Amino acid sequence: MDILIAIGVLGGLALAFGLILAVASKVFYVETDPRLEKLTESLPGANCGGCGYSGCAAYAQAVLEGKAEIGKCASGGNDSALAMAQIMGVKAEKVERKVALVRCSGFKGVDEDGKPTGSKLKGVYEGMQDCAAAAKVAGKGPLVCKFGCLGFGNCTKACKYDAIHIVDGVAKVDQEKCVGCMSCAAQCPRNLIVPVDKSNQIVIACANHAKGAVTIRGCTIGCIGCGLCKKICPADAITVDHNLASIDYSKCTSCGLCATVCPKKLISDSTDELKTPVKG
Amino acid sequence: MSAYLQSLLGILLSAILTENFILVKFYGICPFMGVSKKTDTALGMGMAVTFVMGIASAATWAVYTLLLVPLDLAYMQTVAFILVIAAVVQVVEMFLKKSIPSLYQALGIYLPLITTNCAVLGVALVNVQKNYDFLQSVVYGVTGGLGFTLAIVLFASIRERLEDADCPKSFEGFPLALISAGLLALAFMGFSGLHF
Repeated sequence: MDILIAIGVLGGLALAFGLILAVASKVFYVETDPRLEKLTESLPGANCGGCGYSGCAAYAQAVLEGKAEIGKCASGGNDSALAMAQIMGVKAEKVERKVALVRCSGFKGVDEDGKPTGSKLKGVYEGMQDCAAAAKVAGKGPLVCKFGCLGFGNCTKACKYDAIHIVDGVAKVDQEKCVGCMSCAAQCPRNLIVPVDKSNQIVIACANHAKGAVTIRGCTIGCIGCGLCKKICPADAITVDHNLASIDYSKCTSCGLCATVCPKKLISDSTDELKTPVKG
Repeated sequence: MSAYLQSLLGILLSAILTENFILVKFYGICPFMGVSKKTDTALGMGMAVTFVMGIASAATWAVYTLLLVPLDLAYMQTVAFILVIAAVVQVVEMFLKKSIPSLYQALGIYLPLITTNCAVLGVALVNVQKNYDFLQSVVYGVTGGLGFTLAIVLFASIRERLEDADCPKSFEGFPLALISAGLLALAFMGFSGLHF
């Protein structure tokens, strides 16, 4: 008999709680837009934060509320943008896939004459093996170049896609793996990493704003702001600002003429090995 | 009355310091290890646990004294309490989602996780063991949760500092966390001489 009471009481208790929960789920029902789930599903779900929101779900919510534009997801690219546009009932513009570019050619071992290339060192640095720490050392770090890649790999640690590595002392992006989330850029104390369209072939891998003479003394492959590339560019796409050339990609036709005249062999084909001048 | 107040104060002190749920009684170690990597998430988890422990204490006290004792079913307390806690957490979650979405967002995944937190079941069982009345139970639940919060926030800030520490490879991560949790528990043992 006792066992029946026990079963009855606990069963009753469970039933009561079940009823309470059922009622509560009706009373406290929160209407969610069915599009939200679909939007979240059309995103890659990597939660990389490249769009500027804390995760894919947050970005989907922002799109739904009209606070964010479609196509900010670098990782999902065109597919995501199209899917999201379809859900939201708008037309998607073609989204160019972005990749990270490290604006430093850094150490590249030795040149043909056996001389080391890249920025000279001020001395031996034996502190914390961390870019942010090294950049804070008196005199702006161990490199003579105050703009160059320090090569301790903070970007490598930040990358969730195993797409950026330190090769010969300078960060190098694996274009196939990079999704353009730019998590690495946030970690670079020198702000060397910028997004560029993956289809762009021509990049200037230097961020040195120092005067030409200073640059030449400190680094064998730094932009001296000579302006030869600007003069030869048929599309008028290159500007030289504060001793550093930069390319306006809305005008650049990727003809590669600038790469042929650069005295520092600094302009390169981004899809090829770093610092390989465009032939032709 | 003053004796009663004194008993409440004693409960408060013992729940937070001398009989801290995590570091002395070793209840709720799972979230203690799992959600203690960052101080702010640890604080969120601690607050959620405090909230649920307070409500669960009240609910389990009611079920025990009004239902189980009169029907001579006190031996079923563990099963009944698990049922009560699971239901309470569910209702609280729905309520928060509807009424205080910002808190719901902040607590996030921790809220449903609390269902399986043994500190919550622990507080219900201890309440019965010590024959606490309603007010004492609720005070014990809330302050036990505050003790949980204190421990997990302390531990999270220690772990944040250990992140940058240069330690032998084999100790990195969890081994180091376990060792520091042990040391923290030792430190809390020091409170055991405290009498009220």
